[in-house]
Amino acid sequence: MDVPIAYYLVLSAILFSIGVAAFLIKRNIITVFMSIELMLNAVNLTFVAFAHEWHRVSGQIFVFFVMVVAAAEAAVGLAIIIAIFRARNTLNVDQVDLMKL
Amino acid sequence: MTANFQLLRILPEVILTIAGVLIMLIEPLLGHSTSRKPLGWFAVLSVFASLAASFAQLGMAAGTAYYGVIQTDAFSVFFHVLIALIVLVSLLVTIDTANANTESLGELFALMVFGAVGMMLMTSATELLLVFIGLEISSISTYIMAGFRRKNVKSTESSLKYFLLGSFATAFFLYGIALIFGATGTTDINAIASQLGTSAVPMFATIGLGMILIGLGFKVSAAPFHVWTPDAYEGAPSPVVGLMSTAPKAAAFAVLLRIVYVAFPALHAHWQPLLWLMAAFSMTIGNLGALRQQNVKRMLAYSSIAHAGYLLVAFTALSTDGIAAASFYAMSYAAMNVGIFAVVSHASGYDERLSLISDYRGLAYRSPLLGGALGFFLISLIGIPFTGGFFGKFYVFASALHSGMVWLTIIGLVNSGIAAFYYLRLLASAYSKPTNNALLDPMPRASFALLLALVITISGTLILGIVPGQILAMSHNAAVSLTSGIANPAPSATHQ
Repeated sequence: MDVPIAYYLVLSAILFSIGVAAFLIKRNIITVFMSIELMLNAVNLTFVAFAHEWHRVSGQIFVFFVMVVAAAEAAVGLAIIIAIFRARNTLNVDQVDLMKL
Repeated sequence: MTANFQLLRILPEVILTIAGVLIMLIEPLLGHSTSRKPLGWFAVLSVFASLAASFAQLGMAAGTAYYGVIQTDAFSVFFHVLIALIVLVSLLVTIDTANANTESLGELFALMVFGAVGMMLMTSATELLLVFIGLEISSISTYIMAGFRRKNVKSTESSLKYFLLGSFATAFFLYGIALIFGATGTTDINAIASQLGTSAVPMFATIGLGMILIGLGFKVSAAPFHVWTPDAYEGAPSPVVGLMSTAPKAAAFAVLLRIVYVAFPALHAHWQPLLWLMAAFSMTIGNLGALRQQNVKRMLAYSSIAHAGYLLVAFTALSTDGIAAASFYAMSYAAMNVGIFAVVSHASGYDERLSLISDYRGLAYRSPLLGGALGFFLISLIGIPFTGGFFGKFYVFASALHSGMVWLTIIGLVNSGIAAFYYLRLLASAYSKPTNNALLDPMPRASFALLLALVITISGTLILGIVPGQILAMSHNAAVSLTSGIANPAPSATHQ
Protein backbone atom coordinates (compact mmCIF):
# COMPACT_ATOMS: atom_id res chain seq x y z
CA MET A 1 0.00 0.00 0.00
CA ASP A 2 1.10 3.50 -0.78
CA VAL A 3 0.80 6.61 1.29
CA PRO A 4 -0.61 9.34 -0.99
CA ILE A 5 1.78 12.17 -1.78
CA ALA A 6 -0.66 14.73 -0.41
CA TYR A 7 0.05 13.47 3.13
CA TYR A 8 3.74 14.24 2.77
CA LEU A 9 3.06 17.64 1.25
CA VAL A 10 0.63 18.62 4.00
CA LEU A 11 3.06 17.41 6.65
CA SER A 12 5.90 19.42 5.16
CA ALA A 13 3.70 22.50 4.80
CA ILE A 14 2.79 22.19 8.49
CA LEU A 15 6.44 21.75 9.48
CA PHE A 16 7.40 24.78 7.41
CA SER A 17 4.66 26.86 9.02
CA ILE A 18 5.76 25.78 12.49
CA GLY A 19 9.27 26.86 11.55
CA VAL A 20 8.07 30.27 10.36
CA ALA A 21 5.93 30.77 13.47
CA ALA A 22 8.76 29.74 15.80
CA PHE A 23 11.17 32.04 13.98
CA LEU A 24 8.84 34.95 14.63
CA ILE A 25 7.82 34.07 18.20
CA LYS A 26 10.82 32.49 19.92
CA ARG A 27 13.24 34.76 21.76
CA ASN A 28 16.28 32.54 22.24
CA ILE A 29 18.75 32.84 19.36
CA ILE A 30 19.49 29.11 19.34
CA THR A 31 15.79 28.27 19.13
CA VAL A 32 15.33 30.82 16.34
CA PHE A 33 18.19 29.16 14.52
CA MET A 34 16.65 25.72 15.07
CA SER A 35 13.40 26.90 13.54
CA ILE A 36 15.28 27.79 10.37
CA GLU A 37 16.66 24.24 10.32
CA LEU A 38 13.10 22.95 10.69
CA MET A 39 12.04 25.01 7.67
CA LEU A 40 14.93 23.58 5.64
CA ASN A 41 13.98 20.04 6.60
CA ALA A 42 10.37 20.67 5.63
CA VAL A 43 11.72 21.67 2.22
CA ASN A 44 13.75 18.45 2.09
CA LEU A 45 10.65 16.40 2.79
CA THR A 46 8.83 18.15 -0.04
CA PHE A 47 11.70 17.44 -2.41
CA VAL A 48 11.83 13.76 -1.53
CA ALA A 49 8.06 13.38 -1.87
CA PHE A 50 8.04 15.03 -5.28
CA ALA A 51 11.10 13.06 -6.39
CA HIS A 52 9.22 9.87 -5.56
CA GLU A 53 6.11 11.11 -7.37
CA TRP A 54 7.99 12.04 -10.55
CA HIS A 55 10.40 9.08 -10.33
CA ARG A 56 13.31 11.48 -10.77
CA VAL A 57 16.42 11.37 -8.62
CA SER A 58 17.20 15.03 -9.21
CA GLY A 59 14.91 15.94 -6.32
CA GLN A 60 16.81 13.64 -3.98
CA ILE A 61 20.14 15.03 -5.17
CA PHE A 62 18.83 18.50 -4.34
CA VAL A 63 18.21 17.29 -0.79
CA PHE A 64 21.87 16.30 -0.40
CA PHE A 65 22.98 19.75 -1.45
CA VAL A 66 20.49 21.38 0.92
CA MET A 67 21.87 19.29 3.79
CA VAL A 68 25.47 20.18 2.96
CA VAL A 69 24.67 23.86 2.70
CA ALA A 70 22.63 23.74 5.92
CA ALA A 71 25.65 22.26 7.67
CA ALA A 72 27.87 25.05 6.36
CA GLU A 73 25.30 27.59 7.44
CA ALA A 74 25.09 26.03 10.89
CA ALA A 75 28.87 26.28 11.29
CA VAL A 76 28.85 29.97 10.45
CA GLY A 77 25.67 30.65 12.39
CA LEU A 78 26.93 29.05 15.59
CA ALA A 79 30.18 30.99 15.27
CA ILE A 80 28.23 34.23 15.00
CA ILE A 81 26.09 33.24 18.00
CA ILE A 82 29.24 32.55 20.05
CA ALA A 83 30.61 35.95 19.08
CA ILE A 84 27.33 37.55 20.20
CA PHE A 85 27.41 35.67 23.49
CA ARG A 86 31.01 36.72 24.19
CA ALA A 87 30.17 40.34 23.45
CA ARG A 88 27.03 40.61 25.59
CA ASN A 89 26.52 37.47 27.73
CA THR A 90 22.99 36.94 26.53
CA LEU A 91 21.21 34.83 23.96
CA ASN A 92 17.92 36.71 24.04
CA VAL A 93 17.18 38.36 20.71
CA ASP A 94 15.29 41.16 22.45
CA GLN A 95 18.48 42.22 24.20
CA VAL A 96 20.48 42.32 20.99
CA ASP A 97 19.04 45.70 20.18
CA LEU A 98 21.86 48.21 20.14
CA MET A 99 20.61 49.42 16.78
CA LYS A 100 16.93 50.21 16.53
CA LEU A 101 14.87 50.38 13.39
CA MET B 1 32.29 19.71 -26.78
CA THR B 2 35.57 19.03 -25.05
CA ALA B 3 36.09 19.38 -21.34
CA ASN B 4 38.61 22.18 -21.79
CA PHE B 5 36.21 24.22 -23.78
CA GLN B 6 33.60 23.85 -21.06
CA LEU B 7 36.11 24.96 -18.48
CA LEU B 8 36.40 28.30 -20.28
CA ARG B 9 32.79 28.97 -19.41
CA ILE B 10 33.50 28.91 -15.69
CA LEU B 11 37.06 30.22 -15.91
CA PRO B 12 36.34 33.50 -14.05
CA GLU B 13 34.98 31.54 -11.09
CA VAL B 14 37.84 29.01 -11.21
CA ILE B 15 40.47 31.77 -11.12
CA LEU B 16 38.85 33.42 -8.13
CA THR B 17 38.39 30.14 -6.26
CA ILE B 18 42.07 29.27 -6.66
CA ALA B 19 43.09 32.77 -5.57
CA GLY B 20 40.82 32.62 -2.53
CA VAL B 21 42.16 29.22 -1.45
CA LEU B 22 45.76 30.43 -1.87
CA ILE B 23 45.07 33.49 0.27
CA MET B 24 43.50 31.33 2.98
CA LEU B 25 46.55 29.04 2.91
CA ILE B 26 49.09 31.85 3.11
CA GLU B 27 47.27 33.91 5.72
CA PRO B 28 48.00 31.72 8.81
CA LEU B 29 51.65 31.33 7.75
CA LEU B 30 52.26 35.07 8.05
CA GLY B 31 53.58 36.37 11.35
CA HIS B 32 51.52 38.52 13.70
CA SER B 33 53.08 41.80 12.70
CA THR B 34 53.39 41.09 8.97
CA SER B 35 51.33 43.33 6.75
CA ARG B 36 48.48 41.57 4.96
CA LYS B 37 48.23 44.16 2.23
CA PRO B 38 50.23 42.15 -0.35
CA LEU B 39 47.53 39.48 -0.04
CA GLY B 40 44.99 42.16 -0.86
CA TRP B 41 46.94 43.18 -3.96
CA PHE B 42 47.13 39.52 -4.96
CA ALA B 43 43.34 39.34 -4.67
CA VAL B 44 43.07 42.49 -6.81
CA LEU B 45 45.23 40.86 -9.48
CA SER B 46 43.11 37.71 -9.46
CA VAL B 47 39.96 39.81 -9.90
CA PHE B 48 41.62 41.49 -12.89
CA ALA B 49 42.39 38.06 -14.33
CA SER B 50 38.81 36.94 -13.82
CA LEU B 51 37.58 40.16 -15.45
CA ALA B 52 39.70 39.35 -18.48
CA ALA B 53 38.36 35.79 -18.52
CA SER B 54 34.80 37.14 -18.45
CA PHE B 55 35.49 39.42 -21.40
CA ALA B 56 37.01 36.50 -23.25
CA GLN B 57 33.66 34.70 -22.94
CA LEU B 58 32.15 37.37 -25.17
CA GLY B 59 34.33 36.02 -27.99
CA MET B 60 32.80 32.57 -27.67
CA ALA B 61 29.37 31.78 -29.00
CA ALA B 62 26.72 31.89 -26.31
CA GLY B 63 26.11 28.41 -25.03
CA THR B 64 25.82 26.01 -22.16
CA ALA B 65 28.29 23.81 -20.37
CA TYR B 66 28.27 20.99 -17.83
CA TYR B 67 24.98 19.40 -18.86
CA GLY B 68 23.25 22.72 -19.33
CA VAL B 69 23.88 23.92 -15.80
CA ILE B 70 25.90 26.97 -16.86
CA GLN B 71 25.01 29.32 -19.65
CA THR B 72 27.38 32.06 -20.71
CA ASP B 73 26.00 34.75 -22.94
CA ALA B 74 26.01 38.54 -23.13
CA PHE B 75 23.74 38.63 -20.06
CA SER B 76 25.99 36.57 -17.80
CA VAL B 77 29.10 38.42 -18.99
CA PHE B 78 27.48 41.79 -18.26
CA PHE B 79 26.83 40.80 -14.65
CA HIS B 80 30.19 39.03 -14.30
CA VAL B 81 31.95 42.24 -15.26
CA LEU B 82 29.76 44.27 -12.91
CA ILE B 83 30.43 41.96 -9.96
CA ALA B 84 34.15 41.77 -10.68
CA LEU B 85 34.40 45.58 -10.75
CA ILE B 86 32.47 45.95 -7.48
CA VAL B 87 34.68 43.40 -5.74
CA LEU B 88 37.78 45.03 -7.21
CA VAL B 89 36.87 48.43 -5.77
CA SER B 90 35.84 46.92 -2.43
CA LEU B 91 39.19 45.14 -2.17
CA LEU B 92 41.02 48.40 -2.89
CA VAL B 93 38.98 50.24 -0.26
CA THR B 94 39.66 47.50 2.28
CA ILE B 95 43.39 47.71 1.56
CA ASP B 96 43.18 51.46 2.11
CA THR B 97 41.04 51.41 5.25
CA ALA B 98 42.34 48.54 7.32
CA ASN B 99 45.27 49.10 9.62
CA ALA B 100 48.32 47.16 8.61
CA ASN B 101 48.04 45.07 11.77
CA THR B 102 44.34 44.27 11.54
CA GLU B 103 43.87 40.74 12.77
CA SER B 104 43.68 38.07 10.02
CA LEU B 105 42.86 40.63 7.35
CA GLY B 106 43.74 38.06 4.68
CA GLU B 107 40.56 36.18 5.53
CA LEU B 108 38.52 39.25 4.65
CA PHE B 109 40.17 39.41 1.21
CA ALA B 110 39.56 35.69 0.70
CA LEU B 111 35.91 36.02 1.74
CA MET B 112 35.37 38.87 -0.72
CA VAL B 113 36.84 36.72 -3.48
CA PHE B 114 34.75 33.68 -2.48
CA GLY B 115 31.64 35.84 -2.33
CA ALA B 116 32.37 36.98 -5.87
CA VAL B 117 32.55 33.34 -6.99
CA GLY B 118 29.06 32.69 -5.61
CA MET B 119 27.58 35.81 -7.14
CA MET B 120 29.13 35.09 -10.54
CA LEU B 121 27.75 31.53 -10.46
CA MET B 122 24.31 32.94 -9.74
CA THR B 123 24.37 35.08 -12.85
CA SER B 124 25.34 32.30 -15.25
CA ALA B 125 23.43 29.40 -13.67
CA THR B 126 20.46 28.01 -15.55
CA GLU B 127 19.79 25.28 -13.02
CA LEU B 128 18.04 26.29 -9.79
CA LEU B 129 20.32 23.95 -7.82
CA LEU B 130 23.35 25.94 -8.94
CA VAL B 131 21.53 29.21 -8.32
CA PHE B 132 20.92 28.04 -4.76
CA ILE B 133 24.54 27.02 -4.23
CA GLY B 134 25.81 30.30 -5.67
CA LEU B 135 23.37 32.23 -3.48
CA GLU B 136 24.61 30.40 -0.40
CA ILE B 137 28.31 30.83 -1.25
CA SER B 138 27.76 34.55 -1.59
CA SER B 139 25.46 34.85 1.45
CA ILE B 140 27.62 32.85 3.85
CA SER B 141 30.70 34.87 2.87
CA THR B 142 28.77 38.07 3.41
CA TYR B 143 27.46 37.00 6.84
CA ILE B 144 31.04 36.50 8.01
CA MET B 145 32.25 39.73 6.43
CA ALA B 146 29.47 41.70 8.17
CA GLY B 147 30.68 40.43 11.53
CA PHE B 148 34.35 40.73 10.74
CA ARG B 149 35.11 43.15 13.58
CA ARG B 150 34.07 40.43 15.95
CA LYS B 151 34.97 42.25 19.16
CA ASN B 152 32.75 45.14 18.12
CA VAL B 153 29.24 44.79 19.58
CA LYS B 154 27.52 46.45 16.64
CA SER B 155 29.36 44.39 14.07
CA THR B 156 28.35 41.06 15.62
CA GLU B 157 24.78 42.28 16.00
CA SER B 158 24.70 43.27 12.35
CA SER B 159 26.07 39.88 11.38
CA LEU B 160 23.49 38.04 13.48
CA LYS B 161 20.54 39.96 12.06
CA TYR B 162 21.82 39.55 8.53
CA PHE B 163 22.43 35.85 9.10
CA LEU B 164 19.06 35.03 10.68
CA LEU B 165 16.95 36.91 8.15
CA GLY B 166 19.14 35.77 5.27
CA SER B 167 18.71 32.09 6.17
CA PHE B 168 15.00 32.67 6.73
CA ALA B 169 14.80 34.04 3.19
CA THR B 170 16.85 31.13 1.84
CA ALA B 171 14.34 28.68 3.30
CA PHE B 172 11.51 30.46 1.44
CA PHE B 173 13.55 30.45 -1.75
CA LEU B 174 14.16 26.71 -1.38
CA TYR B 175 10.53 25.93 -0.63
CA GLY B 176 9.67 27.79 -3.81
CA ILE B 177 12.12 25.66 -5.78
CA ALA B 178 10.69 22.49 -4.24
CA LEU B 179 7.14 23.42 -5.24
CA ILE B 180 8.23 24.29 -8.75
CA PHE B 181 10.01 20.96 -8.96
CA GLY B 182 6.78 19.35 -7.90
CA ALA B 183 4.81 21.19 -10.54
CA THR B 184 7.18 20.66 -13.46
CA GLY B 185 9.42 17.75 -12.49
CA THR B 186 12.57 19.73 -13.23
CA THR B 187 14.75 22.44 -11.75
CA ASP B 188 16.28 23.55 -15.03
CA ILE B 189 15.14 27.09 -15.84
CA ASN B 190 14.83 26.50 -19.60
CA ALA B 191 13.03 23.20 -19.08
CA ILE B 192 10.60 24.82 -16.63
CA ALA B 193 9.71 27.36 -19.30
CA SER B 194 9.01 24.74 -21.95
CA GLN B 195 7.08 22.60 -19.45
CA LEU B 196 4.86 25.51 -18.38
CA GLY B 197 4.43 26.69 -21.95
CA THR B 198 2.70 23.50 -23.03
CA SER B 199 0.07 22.96 -20.36
CA ALA B 200 -2.15 24.84 -17.94
CA VAL B 201 -0.02 26.28 -15.13
CA PRO B 202 -0.30 24.12 -12.01
CA MET B 203 -1.13 25.85 -8.74
CA PHE B 204 2.14 24.64 -7.17
CA ALA B 205 4.13 26.59 -9.75
CA THR B 206 2.30 29.80 -8.87
CA ILE B 207 2.83 29.35 -5.13
CA GLY B 208 6.44 28.37 -5.78
CA LEU B 209 7.08 31.51 -7.78
CA GLY B 210 5.55 33.55 -4.94
CA MET B 211 7.93 31.89 -2.46
CA ILE B 212 10.91 32.60 -4.73
CA LEU B 213 9.85 36.25 -4.99
CA ILE B 214 9.75 36.46 -1.18
CA GLY B 215 13.20 34.88 -0.89
CA LEU B 216 14.79 37.10 -3.51
CA GLY B 217 12.89 40.11 -2.15
CA PHE B 218 14.79 39.64 1.11
CA LYS B 219 18.09 39.35 -0.73
CA VAL B 220 17.61 42.57 -2.72
CA SER B 221 16.08 44.27 0.37
CA ALA B 222 12.87 45.24 -1.35
CA ALA B 223 10.05 46.36 0.93
CA PRO B 224 8.23 44.75 2.76
CA PHE B 225 11.24 42.43 3.19
CA HIS B 226 13.72 45.20 3.99
CA VAL B 227 13.73 45.31 7.81
CA TRP B 228 17.21 43.80 8.21
CA THR B 229 18.92 46.27 5.91
CA PRO B 230 19.52 49.35 8.11
CA ASP B 231 20.82 47.30 11.04
CA ALA B 232 23.01 45.05 8.93
CA TYR B 233 24.54 48.04 7.11
CA GLU B 234 25.06 50.18 10.19
CA GLY B 235 27.11 47.60 12.05
CA ALA B 236 29.12 46.04 9.25
CA PRO B 237 32.54 47.48 8.29
CA SER B 238 32.07 50.24 5.68
CA PRO B 239 34.07 48.67 2.80
CA VAL B 240 32.00 45.51 3.27
CA VAL B 241 28.76 47.51 3.20
CA GLY B 242 29.82 49.01 -0.12
CA LEU B 243 30.18 45.45 -1.40
CA MET B 244 27.08 43.92 0.16
CA SER B 245 24.77 46.74 -0.84
CA THR B 246 25.64 46.27 -4.50
CA ALA B 247 27.18 42.96 -5.61
CA PRO B 248 24.84 40.39 -3.97
CA LYS B 249 21.91 42.57 -4.99
CA ALA B 250 23.09 42.75 -8.59
CA ALA B 251 23.45 38.95 -8.58
CA ALA B 252 20.02 38.47 -7.00
CA PHE B 253 18.49 40.81 -9.56
CA ALA B 254 20.16 38.82 -12.33
CA VAL B 255 18.61 35.64 -10.92
CA LEU B 256 15.25 37.37 -10.61
CA LEU B 257 15.45 38.53 -14.23
CA ARG B 258 16.33 35.04 -15.40
CA ILE B 259 13.61 33.39 -13.33
CA VAL B 260 10.72 35.70 -14.17
CA TYR B 261 11.56 36.36 -17.82
CA VAL B 262 13.00 32.99 -18.86
CA ALA B 263 11.26 30.45 -16.63
CA PHE B 264 7.93 32.12 -15.93
CA PRO B 265 6.80 34.22 -18.88
CA ALA B 266 3.64 32.09 -18.65
CA LEU B 267 2.86 33.63 -15.25
CA HIS B 268 3.49 37.22 -16.34
CA ALA B 269 0.04 38.32 -15.23
CA HIS B 270 0.77 37.02 -11.71
CA TRP B 271 4.24 38.35 -11.03
CA GLN B 272 3.95 41.71 -12.69
CA PRO B 273 1.45 43.24 -10.20
CA LEU B 274 3.42 41.76 -7.29
CA LEU B 275 6.62 43.40 -8.50
CA TRP B 276 4.67 46.62 -9.12
CA LEU B 277 3.66 46.64 -5.46
CA MET B 278 7.16 45.78 -4.25
CA ALA B 279 8.61 48.58 -6.37
CA ALA B 280 6.15 51.17 -5.09
CA PHE B 281 6.58 50.09 -1.46
CA SER B 282 10.39 49.96 -1.67
CA MET B 283 10.70 53.43 -3.19
CA THR B 284 8.32 55.03 -0.71
CA ILE B 285 9.46 53.25 2.45
CA GLY B 286 13.12 53.62 1.54
CA ASN B 287 12.94 57.34 0.91
CA LEU B 288 10.66 58.19 3.83
CA GLY B 289 12.85 56.08 6.12
CA ALA B 290 16.02 57.78 4.91
CA LEU B 291 14.59 61.22 5.64
CA ARG B 292 14.66 60.75 9.39
CA GLN B 293 18.09 59.12 9.73
CA GLN B 294 20.97 60.85 11.45
CA ASN B 295 23.47 58.08 10.88
CA VAL B 296 25.08 58.21 7.44
CA LYS B 297 25.27 54.45 6.94
CA ARG B 298 21.64 53.96 7.98
CA MET B 299 20.64 56.72 5.60
CA LEU B 300 22.50 55.00 2.78
CA ALA B 301 20.86 51.70 3.78
CA TYR B 302 17.40 53.21 3.37
CA SER B 303 18.55 54.80 0.15
CA SER B 304 19.61 51.37 -1.09
CA ILE B 305 16.08 50.09 -0.36
CA ALA B 306 14.72 52.95 -2.44
CA HIS B 307 17.13 52.18 -5.28
CA ALA B 308 16.05 48.52 -5.22
CA GLY B 309 12.56 49.93 -5.74
CA TYR B 310 13.63 51.99 -8.77
CA LEU B 311 15.24 48.89 -10.21
CA LEU B 312 12.09 46.84 -9.68
CA VAL B 313 10.17 49.44 -11.69
CA ALA B 314 12.03 48.14 -14.74
CA PHE B 315 10.52 44.67 -14.15
CA THR B 316 7.05 45.96 -14.88
CA ALA B 317 8.12 47.06 -18.36
CA LEU B 318 8.13 45.02 -21.56
CA SER B 319 10.73 42.30 -21.55
CA THR B 320 13.69 43.51 -23.61
CA ASP B 321 13.35 47.15 -22.58
CA GLY B 322 12.90 46.24 -18.96
CA ILE B 323 15.85 43.84 -18.76
CA ALA B 324 18.14 46.35 -20.46
CA ALA B 325 17.01 49.16 -18.15
CA ALA B 326 17.36 46.98 -15.06
CA SER B 327 20.88 45.85 -16.02
CA PHE B 328 21.93 49.42 -16.78
CA TYR B 329 20.48 50.65 -13.50
CA ALA B 330 22.26 47.90 -11.55
CA MET B 331 25.56 49.06 -13.05
CA SER B 332 25.02 52.78 -12.48
CA TYR B 333 23.80 52.23 -8.91
CA ALA B 334 26.81 50.02 -8.20
CA ALA B 335 29.26 52.64 -9.51
CA MET B 336 27.94 55.46 -7.35
CA ASN B 337 27.16 53.43 -4.25
CA VAL B 338 30.49 51.62 -4.07
CA GLY B 339 32.08 55.02 -4.68
CA ILE B 340 30.25 56.73 -1.84
CA PHE B 341 31.15 53.90 0.52
CA ALA B 342 34.78 54.28 -0.52
CA VAL B 343 34.58 57.90 0.66
CA VAL B 344 32.72 56.96 3.84
CA SER B 345 35.21 54.17 4.62
CA HIS B 346 38.24 56.40 4.23
CA ALA B 347 36.71 59.35 6.07
CA SER B 348 35.57 57.33 9.06
CA GLY B 349 38.42 54.82 9.15
CA TYR B 350 38.43 51.20 10.26
CA ASP B 351 37.08 52.03 13.73
CA GLU B 352 34.36 54.27 12.27
CA ARG B 353 35.08 57.62 13.87
CA LEU B 354 32.48 59.50 11.85
CA SER B 355 28.99 58.10 11.93
CA LEU B 356 26.42 60.91 12.10
CA ILE B 357 25.62 63.33 9.31
CA SER B 358 26.75 66.18 11.58
CA ASP B 359 30.15 64.47 11.96
CA TYR B 360 30.73 65.06 8.26
CA ARG B 361 30.59 68.81 8.81
CA GLY B 362 33.56 70.43 7.12
CA LEU B 363 34.71 67.29 5.31
CA ALA B 364 35.28 69.29 2.13
CA TYR B 365 37.66 71.62 4.02
CA ARG B 366 39.53 68.82 5.72
CA SER B 367 40.04 66.96 2.48
CA PRO B 368 38.95 68.58 -0.79
CA LEU B 369 39.43 65.25 -2.58
CA LEU B 370 37.03 63.34 -0.34
CA GLY B 371 34.58 66.23 -0.17
CA GLY B 372 34.55 66.55 -3.94
CA ALA B 373 34.09 62.82 -4.47
CA LEU B 374 31.31 62.70 -1.86
CA GLY B 375 29.53 65.61 -3.55
CA PHE B 376 29.86 63.99 -6.95
CA PHE B 377 28.41 60.65 -5.81
CA LEU B 378 25.57 62.35 -3.94
CA ILE B 379 24.69 64.34 -7.07
CA SER B 380 24.62 61.09 -9.00
CA LEU B 381 22.45 59.39 -6.36
CA ILE B 382 19.98 62.29 -6.58
CA GLY B 383 19.92 61.75 -10.34
CA ILE B 384 21.18 65.03 -11.75
CA PRO B 385 22.08 64.93 -15.48
CA PHE B 386 25.59 64.02 -16.66
CA THR B 387 25.87 61.32 -14.01
CA GLY B 388 25.11 57.62 -14.18
CA GLY B 389 22.29 58.00 -11.68
CA PHE B 390 20.37 60.26 -14.04
CA PHE B 391 20.53 57.96 -17.04
CA GLY B 392 19.78 54.90 -14.93
CA LYS B 393 16.56 56.46 -13.63
CA PHE B 394 15.76 57.89 -17.05
CA TYR B 395 15.88 54.50 -18.80
CA VAL B 396 13.97 52.74 -16.03
CA PHE B 397 11.14 55.25 -16.02
CA ALA B 398 11.12 55.53 -19.81
CA SER B 399 10.77 51.76 -20.15
CA ALA B 400 7.98 51.74 -17.56
CA LEU B 401 6.15 54.53 -19.40
CA HIS B 402 6.46 52.62 -22.67
CA SER B 403 4.43 49.81 -21.20
CA GLY B 404 1.87 52.18 -19.76
CA MET B 405 2.91 52.19 -16.10
CA VAL B 406 1.97 55.85 -15.60
CA TRP B 407 1.15 55.67 -11.89
CA LEU B 408 4.30 53.79 -10.98
CA THR B 409 6.36 56.35 -12.90
CA ILE B 410 4.66 59.19 -11.03
CA ILE B 411 5.34 57.48 -7.67
CA GLY B 412 8.96 57.04 -8.74
CA LEU B 413 9.41 60.65 -9.79
CA VAL B 414 7.86 61.99 -6.57
CA ASN B 415 10.22 59.71 -4.67
CA SER B 416 13.26 60.99 -6.57
CA GLY B 417 12.24 64.46 -5.41
CA ILE B 418 11.98 63.35 -1.78
CA ALA B 419 15.35 61.63 -2.06
CA ALA B 420 17.04 64.89 -2.99
CA PHE B 421 16.32 66.24 0.52
CA TYR B 422 18.37 63.77 2.49
CA TYR B 423 21.20 63.54 0.00
CA LEU B 424 21.47 67.34 0.01
CA ARG B 425 21.47 67.36 3.81
CA LEU B 426 24.66 65.29 3.85
CA LEU B 427 26.12 67.41 1.05
CA ALA B 428 25.36 70.66 2.91
CA SER B 429 26.90 69.23 6.05
CA ALA B 430 30.09 68.25 4.24
CA TYR B 431 30.46 71.68 2.66
CA SER B 432 29.66 73.91 5.64
CA LYS B 433 32.46 75.42 7.75
CA PRO B 434 33.17 73.34 10.83
CA THR B 435 32.30 75.10 14.09
CA ASN B 436 34.41 72.85 16.22
CA ASN B 437 38.18 73.05 15.84
CA ALA B 438 38.59 69.38 16.65
CA LEU B 439 36.87 68.57 13.38
CA LEU B 440 39.45 70.58 11.44
CA ASP B 441 42.27 68.03 11.55
CA PRO B 442 43.26 67.03 8.05
CA MET B 443 42.20 63.58 6.94
CA PRO B 444 44.71 60.75 6.76
CA ARG B 445 46.45 60.89 3.41
CA ALA B 446 44.67 59.04 0.63
CA SER B 447 46.60 55.94 -0.37
CA PHE B 448 47.20 54.72 -3.91
CA ALA B 449 44.56 52.04 -3.42
CA LEU B 450 41.91 54.60 -2.50
CA LEU B 451 42.85 56.84 -5.42
CA LEU B 452 42.54 53.89 -7.79
CA ALA B 453 39.14 52.98 -6.30
CA LEU B 454 37.91 56.55 -6.67
CA VAL B 455 39.20 56.79 -10.23
CA ILE B 456 37.34 53.61 -11.18
CA THR B 457 34.06 54.61 -9.56
CA ILE B 458 34.09 58.27 -10.64
CA SER B 459 35.02 57.47 -14.22
CA GLY B 460 32.40 54.71 -14.22
CA THR B 461 29.71 57.10 -13.04
CA LEU B 462 30.80 59.73 -15.59
CA ILE B 463 30.94 57.29 -18.49
CA LEU B 464 27.47 56.00 -17.61
CA GLY B 465 26.23 59.58 -17.45
CA ILE B 466 27.90 61.25 -20.43
CA VAL B 467 28.59 58.54 -23.00
CA PRO B 468 26.28 55.71 -21.94
CA GLY B 469 25.94 54.48 -25.55
CA GLN B 470 28.34 51.57 -25.38
CA ILE B 471 27.18 50.27 -22.01
CA LEU B 472 23.59 50.73 -23.06
CA ALA B 473 24.33 48.62 -26.12
CA MET B 474 25.89 46.00 -23.87
CA SER B 475 22.86 45.92 -21.59
CA HIS B 476 20.61 45.70 -24.65
CA ASN B 477 22.64 42.75 -25.96
CA ALA B 478 22.32 41.17 -22.54
CA ALA B 479 18.55 41.59 -22.63
CA VAL B 480 18.32 40.15 -26.13
CA SER B 481 20.45 37.14 -25.25
CA LEU B 482 18.30 36.49 -22.19
CA THR B 483 14.95 36.70 -23.98
CA SER B 484 16.08 34.81 -27.08
CA GLY B 485 16.62 31.82 -24.80
CA ILE B 486 12.85 31.59 -24.50
CA ALA B 487 12.23 31.06 -28.19
CA ASN B 488 15.15 28.73 -28.59
CA PRO B 489 15.79 26.77 -25.40
CA ALA B 490 19.43 25.79 -25.18
CA PRO B 491 20.00 22.07 -25.63
CA SER B 492 20.69 20.67 -22.21
CA ALA B 493 21.56 17.04 -22.77
CA THR B 494 23.33 17.03 -26.12
CA HIS B 495 26.91 16.96 -24.89
CA GLN B 496 27.28 14.19 -22.39
